[in-house]
Amino acid sequence: MIRFDGVSKRYGGQDALARVDLEVGQGEMVFLTGHSGAGKSTLMKLIMLMERPSQGQVFVDGRNLNRLSRSQIPYYRRKVGVVFQNHQLLFDRNVFENVALPLQIAGYQPAEVGRRVRAALDKVGLLGKERQNPVALSGGEQQRVGIARAVVNKPPLLLADEPTGNLDPELSADIMTLFRQFNDVGVTIMIASHDIDLLKRMGKRVLGLSQGQVVHDGVLA
Amino acid sequence: MSRRRPSGNSATFVRAPSARGSTRKVAAAPQGASRSKTRVSDRLDSWAGHHSTTAVESLARLLRTPLQSLLTWLVVAVAVALPAALYVALSNVQHLGYSWQESSQVSVFVQRDARPDAVSALQARLLARPDVATVEHVAPDAALEEFKRYSGLGRVIDGLERNPLPDVLLVMPAANGLSAEGLQTLQGELEQEALVAEARVDMAWVSRLQQLMHLGQRLVLALAGLLAVGVLLAIGNTIRLAIENRRDEILVVKLVGGTDAFVRRPFLYTGLWYGMGGGLLALVLMALGLWWLSGPVAYLADLYQSDFRLQGLGWTRSLQLVLLSGLLGWLGAWLAVARHLSAIEPR
Repeated sequence: MIRFDGVSKRYGGQDALARVDLEVGQGEMVFLTGHSGAGKSTLMKLIMLMERPSQGQVFVDGRNLNRLSRSQIPYYRRKVGVVFQNHQLLFDRNVFENVALPLQIAGYQPAEVGRRVRAALDKVGLLGKERQNPVALSGGEQQRVGIARAVVNKPPLLLADEPTGNLDPELSADIMTLFRQFNDVGVTIMIASHDIDLLKRMGKRVLGLSQGQVVHDGVLA
Repeated sequence: MSRRRPSGNSATFVRAPSARGSTRKVAAAPQGASRSKTRVSDRLDSWAGHHSTTAVESLARLLRTPLQSLLTWLVVAVAVALPAALYVALSNVQHLGYSWQESSQVSVFVQRDARPDAVSALQARLLARPDVATVEHVAPDAALEEFKRYSGLGRVIDGLERNPLPDVLLVMPAANGLSAEGLQTLQGELEQEALVAEARVDMAWVSRLQQLMHLGQRLVLALAGLLAVGVLLAIGNTIRLAIENRRDEILVVKLVGGTDAFVRRPFLYTGLWYGMGGGLLALVLMALGLWWLSGPVAYLADLYQSDFRLQGLGWTRSLQLVLLSGLLGWLGAWLAVARHLSAIEPR
């Protein structure tokens, strides 16, 4: 699903990523870990096409991202769900409208939008709060709204950058269970996290990054 | 370095089979629904739907901050109303000019010693011309009487040995001879007549008025151009602020796959509403001004025994004004959007 071929990303004189090669298969659930500045975010930004590599090539689902033009980026992004640490919800609209945004952008009929949004909210356990403003929700609930928005379009690939960074361990476990359930139905998932205990508990493949290079690949013991 | 998972259909960008031993409905939506999303007519419907919702939403957004929106509308209204009012004033003067021009007549002075029957024959001949409407004969005695009455020189005139005034034929041109050129031709041909000593028409003011009109029209056009640029910049700046205010939303929309057109749309509609609202307000301002002036103007016209009345813009012109103003707003929004939206990219 994801393949990096000798990818480097330089900011100024500094290498954020240095000749990274990696491959993530379809239906995998992978964690990215490492200190801040190790290149986790850069790696994800390259997959989201928020950045372009200075060198090398990124393939997602067999497509070379270097060949995607600016005008093709929106259509590509509709197939990649993203969850942010600060969840990036819009507080000028309610939960339902936040989750519906990707569907409206993709041009779904209102009836279809309603059905899918409710299915997604049901999945994250927030069906009763669709009319509320996200400001009124707890941190864990806000993050679950963010996840509902990321999966509502049924993307084959889901990225999450520190999705549990602001949550206590119990809520983190809930969120991870949610991700695992999506992975169970075939969604490829890549999660950046520096919570080592959590990574050990999950027992999934972990890619360790340090100074822009992959220094670990495998399940943490 | 990299580990590879066996994967049967890695080349396809579709969902992998869902089961994997779990029978729970865990996906966001049932699998079958994905088929409907590619239908073109649905997409088109949804595109049109998004246009109408965006149009309504951006108007509602403007009305949620009424004072701020009113200020922008007023700026646009003043800038639009000023040239429009001048245009209305100009066409009123033009209208007035036409009614004066209608009264422009040629005074034909007949040779002093012409016999009365020759004068009558001349009068008949002139009346037969297609570019002449009426010919009025003013006999020397009658003219002298009138002059005595209005000039206040009665005593002096009484002292004259003989009437110095000639026969005069007042020639009123027909409608087709009313233009400045037509009058000039008529005057020239009248002077060719043997009996005519002089044909006089006050041409100067007619052509001067026309030149002034041309000048006025150009001034109005130049002013309108300048103010249109002003409207573009004012709305462009307002939209720029709106873009800044909705920065977070733009970022999120771009991250979840919003195209440039999708991001642009609400701002273009906002510009359109600013322009059209300003145009409507300009019409209101002009109607107020017209109402305020029409009383005194009518009174003044009555004093001059004229039935002249101030004319407004009319329905078609009013509609055009609002549409033009809307177009300006839309263009102003384009200016801002083209410059500032591309700068907002998720980082």
